[in-house]
Amino acid sequence: MPSVVIIGAGPAGVRAAETLVRAGLRATVIDEAPSSGGQIYRRPPPSIVRDSKKVYGFEAARARSVHRAFDDLQEQIDYWPDSTVWSAQGRKLGVITKSGPRDAAWDRLILATGAMDRVIPFKGWTLPGVFTLGGAQVALKYQACAIGERPIFLGTGPLLYLVAYQYAAAGVKVAAVLDTATAGAKRRAFFGLISGGRTFLKGLYYLAWLRAHGIPVVSGARPVCAHAGPDGAVRELEWRDGHGSLHRTACDSIATGFGLNPETQIADLCDVPCVFDSGQRQWVPVQDSDGRAAVAGVYLAGDGAGIKGAAAAELSGERAAHALLHDLGHAGSAERIKTLNGRLRRFERFRRALDEKAFKFPADLAASADDDLMICRCEGITAGALRHAAREHGVAEINRAKAFTRVGMGRCQGRICGPAAGEILANSLGVSLEAVGRLRGQVPIKPVPMAAFLDGAVP
Amino acid sequence: MTGFDVAIIGGGLVGCSAALHLSRRDASVVLLERRHCGSQASGVNYGGVRQQGRDLAELPLARRSRRIWADLETLVGTDCEFEVTGHLKLARSEAEMAELEDYAERARDFDLTLEPLGPAQIRARFPWLGDAIVGGSFCAEDGHANPRLVAPALARAAVAAGADIREGAEVVGATHDGHIFELRLSDSTMLRARRLINAAGAWGSTVSTWFGEPVPEDVMAPNMCVTDPIPYFLAPNLGVCGGDIYVRQIRRGNVIFGGGVGVADRTQVKARPLAEITAQAVRLAVGLVPRLATAQVIRTWSGIEGVMPDGLPVIGPSETTPGILHAFGFSGHGFQLGPGVGAVLCELALDDATSTPIDPFRINRFSIDETSRQTIGPAANSRERPSDAVRRSSVS
Repeated sequence: MPSVVIIGAGPAGVRAAETLVRAGLRATVIDEAPSSGGQIYRRPPPSIVRDSKKVYGFEAARARSVHRAFDDLQEQIDYWPDSTVWSAQGRKLGVITKSGPRDAAWDRLILATGAMDRVIPFKGWTLPGVFTLGGAQVALKYQACAIGERPIFLGTGPLLYLVAYQYAAAGVKVAAVLDTATAGAKRRAFFGLISGGRTFLKGLYYLAWLRAHGIPVVSGARPVCAHAGPDGAVRELEWRDGHGSLHRTACDSIATGFGLNPETQIADLCDVPCVFDSGQRQWVPVQDSDGRAAVAGVYLAGDGAGIKGAAAAELSGERAAHALLHDLGHAGSAERIKTLNGRLRRFERFRRALDEKAFKFPADLAASADDDLMICRCEGITAGALRHAAREHGVAEINRAKAFTRVGMGRCQGRICGPAAGEILANSLGVSLEAVGRLRGQVPIKPVPMAAFLDGAVP
Repeated sequence: MTGFDVAIIGGGLVGCSAALHLSRRDASVVLLERRHCGSQASGVNYGGVRQQGRDLAELPLARRSRRIWADLETLVGTDCEFEVTGHLKLARSEAEMAELEDYAERARDFDLTLEPLGPAQIRARFPWLGDAIVGGSFCAEDGHANPRLVAPALARAAVAAGADIREGAEVVGATHDGHIFELRLSDSTMLRARRLINAAGAWGSTVSTWFGEPVPEDVMAPNMCVTDPIPYFLAPNLGVCGGDIYVRQIRRGNVIFGGGVGVADRTQVKARPLAEITAQAVRLAVGLVPRLATAQVIRTWSGIEGVMPDGLPVIGPSETTPGILHAFGFSGHGFQLGPGVGAVLCELALDDATSTPIDPFRINRFSIDETSRQTIGPAANSRERPSDAVRRSSVS
């Protein structure tokens, strides 16, 4: 039996594992979290017992279904929770588990690595109290706590409204929802969005609910500066509306995000090539129509292979498993892939309308960062330093910018600063974002404690 | 077709330094770099600026190079984060300590002052060292620098001095008609030059082979690691007898260490660190400096380096083709030498002579017909087997 490894136990990884088990294959599922569900259906720790309806809202049924599906597999899979893949070389993964480092060899690998918030730095973004949207959601779902008593939600994308709604529904006084996308853009995307069906209706519901509860929801907003109070934490956000008028809104926290970025580092280290998606302004791993990567034995699923959302992730997870089964000669998988592809195409249209029209990534906001604004917080690199490298040192590529300025070189490996750094570099060179390339993945994929390799012999 | 006094193949530290020195003496220079200046071994090495522990044959060159390092800021307009922190070479046994004392004695002939430190002394000065350390030798004038910055800074200074530096220019062939070299680039551009410098690093033997001088140049990929920033405490650049681990900390707090080798693919121009080597380097680094146990590794990397069987570089005129100067195969310790080698190449190209002794590095010291890859000359005074020389000097 081939050794099959699935990385990620979110909706994509869970459905992939379930499909393989049904076909009689035993897979190893490696996941960073202590329990399955991924970011979207992240489960509270056992010590916090909460009603799933409260935690996941409209998604409760889906969340429960994914959780149950995975729980039912326990006897038929090898599950490594709390385990971080830190290296990928050839057909071997280096994993840090709770009990120490461990290797996982694979003949077939399904990457269901998910996504992370896409951040645009603005003045004050590093103040205490400023979180990503995903981070704010994790606090609520996992820890049952809010990032503050009076948060502002700033950014764009469906997650902006979802998290704002979840906070407000949990009883938090949301100060404002500030969307950088314009109302006009959303209107123009309307017909594309209808293809989203239920998902679209939910979005409309969140918006209507927020408005009905008197929460200011502004389209076409621009962050200017987050100001700190006497305790050094964020106290107020200065922003501009679509007409250019300045506003100041009091708050004690900000959740910000501008869509998601696929987590492609492991794919990258497995030599899976990436291609630039000009609509989403990001790099995604190359796959065939059934979720096969261009590297033999590697399959891609979920948001890590391109942002399509949780519902699509369940389908692409199942599809990746069927592509794998098909390659092993299993009958029936080809037929199922066809069905899944038909369903996935609908999501494709909806996502395009969502990300490229309604909630377009405000590239100009990233590119127009002031020279003194810190872009890379791990290494303390400003937008000005990047522009200087482009101007004075002829840096025309993002990895070269990294070598010269240290941008993206710190512990986040460019996950936070990478998108903005790319926009700034491309803008100051007057070239396309694609032309400056993408940050190469490097081992470790996430920081590794030195102590992990000491066999418990900590000096 | 454009003609130059000197054409340089390879935009590493050596090639860029040669370009700078030559153009400062008004020679017309073209440098051809397949990718970016400093993108292989010159740019991704450990960053040690170290004379201590070198093969004695390298010391005159290292001494000369050290003087250029001292003037680097004047020369290129940036200090490239070069810091004179001292280099502390550690002994983990009495035998190693004796080796360090013996070396210190010999280094005196080259005007290099080394300070052997016994167990009490070394612990008093460097209290954070691990228990396995029995002593060491301190070289106050050694230090470290940021390798990512040096070759590009030299290249920029060379351009300012008039050199024609071409990145993304791959030389695919070269010929000599007895007077003039003709170089063919991958885009079919042809260039002419009176002299040719082969500073092609791990690909140096490819170029030398074009002129009937094959040499047994192997490749290696140093396995480099860096931690997240931790409070600054580790001032000296650390090495050990045997060279299996080397550690330095930069002012911003990150600790850079290396040991062992990853995977180098000369044909694909690709190098990768290896997880098991990283894990081993972590254990060795914590053995030297236990305090590092609480740090995290945030990045690992590698690059391709040319390695000669005796661990010494090839530097000097071709034996087959007048007008060619070779300088490659630095075997993992070219970073400190690079600036000096450029100065030497400049003298050889323009004056046909250099004041720095380089005879031990001559290209004809290998007889590659013999399977033993027998070495002649310089390895004799290193008192080590060639493979040890490579391992010992490691990547610094």
